[in-house]
Amino acid sequence: MNNDTVTKRAMVTIDGNEAAAFVAHKTNEVIAIYPITPSSNMGEWCDQWSSEGKKNIWGTVPVVVEMQSEGGAAGAVHGSLQTGSLTTTFTASQGLLLMIPNMFKIAGELTSTVIHVSARSIAAQGLSIFGDHSDVMATRTTGFAMLCSHNVQEVMDFALIAQAATLEARVPFLHFFDGFRTSHEVMKIEELAVEDIQAMMDTELINAHRKRGLTPDNPMMRGTAQNPDVYFQGRETVNPFYAKTPEIVQKWMDRFAAVVGRQYRLFDYYGAPDAERVIVLMGSGSETVHETVEALLEKDEKVGVLKVRLFRPFSVKHFINALPKSVKTIAVLDRTKEPGGAGEPMYQDVITALHEAAAAGELPFAAMPRVFGGRYGLSSKEFTPAMVKAVFDEAAKTAPKNHFTVGITDDLSHTSLAVDASFTTEKPDVIRSLFFGLGADGTVGANKNSIKIIGEETPFYGQGYFVYDSKKSGSTTTSHLRFGPRPIRSTYLITQANFVAVHQWPFLEKIDMLTPLVTGGTVLINSPFPADRVWDNLPLAVQRQILEKKAKLYVIDGSAVAQKTGMGGRVNTIMQTCFFAISGVLPKDEAVAAIKQSIKKTYGKKGEDIVKMNYAAVDATIEHLFEVQYPNELTSTIQLPPVVPDHAPDFIKSVTAKMIAGKGDDITVAQMPCDGTYPVGTTMWEKRNIAAEIPTWDPEWCIQCGKCALVCPHATIRIKVYDTTLTQKAPGAFKHMPYKGNEYKGQAYTIQVAPEDCTGCGICVEVCPAKNKRETKYKALNMQPQPPLRDQERANWDYFLTIPEVDRRTVDVKSIKGSQFLQPLFEFSGACTGCGETPYVKLVSQLFGDRTIVANATGCSSIYGGNLPTTPWTKNAEGRGVAWANSLFEDNAEFGFGFRLSMDKQTEYARELLIHLIPQLGEEFVNEMLASTQNDEAEIMAQRERVARLKEQLKGTRTPEAQHLYEIADALVKKSVWIMGGDGWAYDIGYGGLDHVIASGRNVNILVLDTEVYSNTGGQMSKATPRGAVAKFAAGGKPAGKKDLGLMAMSYGNAYVAQVAMGANDLHTVRTFLEAEAFEGPSLIIAYSHCIAHGINMKQGMNIQKAAVDSGYWPLYRYNPNLTKDGKNPFQLDSKAPKMKFEEFAYNEIRYKMLTKMAPEKAKRFLREAQDDIMKRWRFYENLAAMNYAQQPAPTV
Amino acid sequence: MDLTTTYLGLNLKNPIVPSASPMSKSVGSVRLMEDYGASAVVLYSIFEEQIRHETKELHHHLTQHADSFAEATSYFPEAHEYHSGPDEYLEHIRKLKESVSIPVIGSINGVTDGGWVEYAKLIEQAGADALELNVYYIPTDTALSSDAIEQSYFDIVKDVRTQVKIPVAVKLSPFFTSIPNVAKRLDTMGVNGLVLFNRFYQPDINLDTLHVEPGVVLSSSDALRLPLRWIAILHKKVKADLAATTGVHTAEDVLKLTMAGANVTMMCSALLRHGARKIREVLTGVQQWMVEHEYSSLNDMRGSMSHASVADPSSFERANYMKALQSYM
Repeated sequence: MNNDTVTKRAMVTIDGNEAAAFVAHKTNEVIAIYPITPSSNMGEWCDQWSSEGKKNIWGTVPVVVEMQSEGGAAGAVHGSLQTGSLTTTFTASQGLLLMIPNMFKIAGELTSTVIHVSARSIAAQGLSIFGDHSDVMATRTTGFAMLCSHNVQEVMDFALIAQAATLEARVPFLHFFDGFRTSHEVMKIEELAVEDIQAMMDTELINAHRKRGLTPDNPMMRGTAQNPDVYFQGRETVNPFYAKTPEIVQKWMDRFAAVVGRQYRLFDYYGAPDAERVIVLMGSGSETVHETVEALLEKDEKVGVLKVRLFRPFSVKHFINALPKSVKTIAVLDRTKEPGGAGEPMYQDVITALHEAAAAGELPFAAMPRVFGGRYGLSSKEFTPAMVKAVFDEAAKTAPKNHFTVGITDDLSHTSLAVDASFTTEKPDVIRSLFFGLGADGTVGANKNSIKIIGEETPFYGQGYFVYDSKKSGSTTTSHLRFGPRPIRSTYLITQANFVAVHQWPFLEKIDMLTPLVTGGTVLINSPFPADRVWDNLPLAVQRQILEKKAKLYVIDGSAVAQKTGMGGRVNTIMQTCFFAISGVLPKDEAVAAIKQSIKKTYGKKGEDIVKMNYAAVDATIEHLFEVQYPNELTSTIQLPPVVPDHAPDFIKSVTAKMIAGKGDDITVAQMPCDGTYPVGTTMWEKRNIAAEIPTWDPEWCIQCGKCALVCPHATIRIKVYDTTLTQKAPGAFKHMPYKGNEYKGQAYTIQVAPEDCTGCGICVEVCPAKNKRETKYKALNMQPQPPLRDQERANWDYFLTIPEVDRRTVDVKSIKGSQFLQPLFEFSGACTGCGETPYVKLVSQLFGDRTIVANATGCSSIYGGNLPTTPWTKNAEGRGVAWANSLFEDNAEFGFGFRLSMDKQTEYARELLIHLIPQLGEEFVNEMLASTQNDEAEIMAQRERVARLKEQLKGTRTPEAQHLYEIADALVKKSVWIMGGDGWAYDIGYGGLDHVIASGRNVNILVLDTEVYSNTGGQMSKATPRGAVAKFAAGGKPAGKKDLGLMAMSYGNAYVAQVAMGANDLHTVRTFLEAEAFEGPSLIIAYSHCIAHGINMKQGMNIQKAAVDSGYWPLYRYNPNLTKDGKNPFQLDSKAPKMKFEEFAYNEIRYKMLTKMAPEKAKRFLREAQDDIMKRWRFYENLAAMNYAQQPAPTV
Repeated sequence: MDLTTTYLGLNLKNPIVPSASPMSKSVGSVRLMEDYGASAVVLYSIFEEQIRHETKELHHHLTQHADSFAEATSYFPEAHEYHSGPDEYLEHIRKLKESVSIPVIGSINGVTDGGWVEYAKLIEQAGADALELNVYYIPTDTALSSDAIEQSYFDIVKDVRTQVKIPVAVKLSPFFTSIPNVAKRLDTMGVNGLVLFNRFYQPDINLDTLHVEPGVVLSSSDALRLPLRWIAILHKKVKADLAATTGVHTAEDVLKLTMAGANVTMMCSALLRHGARKIREVLTGVQQWMVEHEYSSLNDMRGSMSHASVADPSSFERANYMKALQSYM
């Protein structure tokens, strides 16, 4: 029955994640989750809805629980299912891989559930957060049914169909859709009504599911251990269930069609009824193929597309029947790669299906169709109609290229198809708009609102897709918006835009934004120049494009309007109003009313002030928006600077520069490293110029303390002490002063800023203790606008780099001043402006960088540390530096531990060989090498010189031992292993490994960058999150206290353990790092890291760290087992007793403060409890520190 | 012994009213002050500037980093609702009205014209018995005249007075050129009480950090001489009730200010220092003094030593030379 006439369904504008979560929350009782991109939002939606008391269709609020890993989530799901609850989870990529063991169990036990997956690449030669089917394809053997949604509407529909089908089939379902393209694409869709969902949920089937649950009231057991006699037979028992599943799914698809009106089939064919060439694929790419087929049908081409919905169990019968009888050639497109396989998974299934049907005599075609397969779209690689056309063209050839790729240029294995990029299927009645903004200016949020407005106020369908760059500071966003009279199937980026909005003027010199503009299109620029002066200030290339394309040009000084109306740096509402005013999507008055309504809806709950502020911005916009009447001639002298300088290395020029310029798609296969190995030190080539202001040095007041360089998150403020003669050739504006101490008496001293790399966070100015004695508002460092200083300081910086680094052997590394003479080998990362983690990371690189190898857990530090195009780990002039690798999220301690095992073994072997080769090398020389303690820089350098001599000697020796020793001789120089990561890794997902590595006693250094949430995925709660702090999955404030990781590590007694906070005691931090590294065993440093997820003014990060320590919330301590050897207490409490209330610290931060706005009474209670926690812990630590180790009582037993 | 008084049209059992301070932030603390004898309570001020700041601060931090990075479209959970603006303050008034029987006087520290009236109405609706307007302005602009500043006071008071029905008091700054003139003009507008005086935060310089550190120093009895003079001068010159609010620490302070003409004597520093029990101690002292000096009612002594009532009114007018002149005469 189609009850469409009685059920009123809302049209909503949402993304795929929200669509999946909507149904999952309505149809489940228990939801166990763990954050991972791009699926995190599904769990977050469910958590939010449950915290708001929203109920499922049976009238109860689902319980949402965050686990410590996806493995944990899968375990909890399994347990919950086994005791009869309707249970689900959400995940992607590596997270799905961690669920595989439980998926086998869940399927093997024939348990009804749906896991929703936003499909994502698997980390191989590199990690990627973007979409393809590598993850879901890795689960093919688990026994889960696999149902694929191709667009946002289908995500909502299939989530329900899967839920209904699993209950009847008893086969668990993986419901998946393309990460980012579908999970994050915002579309106008029809929301299912509760009645629809109820109509699809069969109570008897649910009861049956419950009855299969384990209960002491009717005890059964599952999970037996089976032996060779019966395991095999037991495994075959499930066959009938799988055999029935396709028909069951089709039944529920038909039922869904009857209820809702949308008919789906296991394999949906679209195209010419007499098609000869058919593409088979699944996922969002099928939408683009559909659109292309539509266009080709207009040219009478005999083509079609078979969209695969149910991939597992693969129904040969349904597949064969869905194909047109006329088909002659089938192109199978897989969005995954199976290296070494006979073909990709779907290709193999299609081949098998056809041959099985032929063998059974059931082939309905005149002849066996020709099948060829290829790969497309890995890691959200663009998949356009032009590429689809290329595949159809290939299918028309007499010998199509099998195992092809499309979308890349493969000049290595020559798999790629040639693509005619000029082929397009864009329709003229679809408005296509591109918006270039900064993350911080609110562009994406405004565009999401615009789509909603158009979706709700007009009959238009809308689509929004948002592209972010790979940096966390100064990140650029590009919004791709389409509006049209029909549902939009264009699952690819806009390359022909009617409207281009430039929300930030500096982009004009950095990004090519007008190439996609169509002739006669419109350009809107947020310009600091008025309409009559803007033309001459545009770069020449931009003028040329505007003239060539006869573009309409509009300008507004959006930043001035924003300042005037209290919007600060957020031009979102202003530029959104301009878009509506210019585009005419809605009549102007209606548009303004709709924008205001949207503002009220979005911001109303935050207070009338915010609403009024945005209203004022809307009202002020129209009068400041002007069309520019530009001359028909080029007048500009402004040339775009080269992406990287000419003297950059070849790889940087040919590969990295393309990525920086946003043309990475043009890089060919042969240009890419084959094994994921990249050169270090590439951020130095990417001059981002994102700081509005940079620090300037006033030597008159400088006390040469070095604190500015220590706290700089991006290593853009550097210090050198050097021979005064070097000042003679310096640029005129280069600043220097005499060094004030005795150790480098008579030398010159300079603090220099890298003007184009500085992010303008201002932390250095905040920590500078040297005030200008004549005007105390100034210090020895002061922020000044960057643009007027850029050229001058660039020259100064370039000169500064030519000054030799300070000889490490002469440096007093135990002082702040001394440590900051050491060259940072971690520079210009893409971390957030004012990041609290990177100063610690950089310190490691300064103190030990030329002999350090880093194992980096996935998370913020692996992203700012290893995200292409450019990476911050680098090397010194001698070519030594930090070797870095990221394995996974969960295994980082073990990964770094492996480094240590390997290096220790190599050192041991090298020492054995040295002894063996004494006759050739001489006893004295060998003994010198063996005896070297390498406890300081001088000894390390001496050992390096010995190794160099050793290698020289070995060169002439041809024995196998000599050759082996030659290859591993560098292992005789001490290497420092650093295992780094965030609290999500150390406290949660990687804790088991961390614990084991600490217990091992091996000499590794573990640095926990503790931001107290999963920062990289958007601030989800970890076990490091403190009591009372609001985080995702702890929307009501975390009720439990923070885990004391340090105390747990101390319990082994063999590990150096310390807690530091650079902003509270920088010297303590430096000395702790030195002690930890010197400790011959495991060391664990837990470093307080302020974070944007705390909701603070990042400039104040170091001051907030001080407050954390002063309040007693974050005691500083060191636990050094070596002290017990001298009868001393190993535990030293290094900070003073609390001298301010927890409240005074906590309410500097929105993560605590927002609870006072959300649940004031609860906030007060948490505040009391948190204060109590602090005092109890402080007393405990005091007692620990007071224990007398000199008089150990004699054992009484 | 009759300690009763009237203030803002409210009949109070005695003249001790805790003035606006953190002590009124919890219901328990107000109840305690009531138990120790407080006859009414002025709540801590609702600071419009702070509310606006917090609203914008919250909005800023919740949105600043959102939609900037592919892996994190936001960094905080979306709250179902926020108790933004004055909600908490208003809820506090409601709870106090349910919990204590003494009158509750709301207090506003506004910054915008609309803000004063908006909050005044909300406080009235929440059930406050009266309202105290904590108006002040620290001029730093040399072009700004005293007339202009005074006019801004009058505009605020006039707006609020016409928009709410509950009694309204104005807490005054001591830094007017002519306090009696300002007081009279406010009186003419229908203000029900004048509170003398506002103790401002005073800046200090930290020599270690070279920071200016605003702060407030708790008062002592010495501080009462400022309100004492002006209450004595204003007594009977204005219809509005007079409240003394600086330097009330002892029974003697209460007696002196009452004799000068105060309807109520407000305590703050003494309560912060010694706790709510100080109220009982002061009240007991007042009663003892009255017994010893044979007063049966505070009303009898109110204004007995005012400018209008003393034999030598000039003693309130002189500043430095009074004693010398008297000696000479």
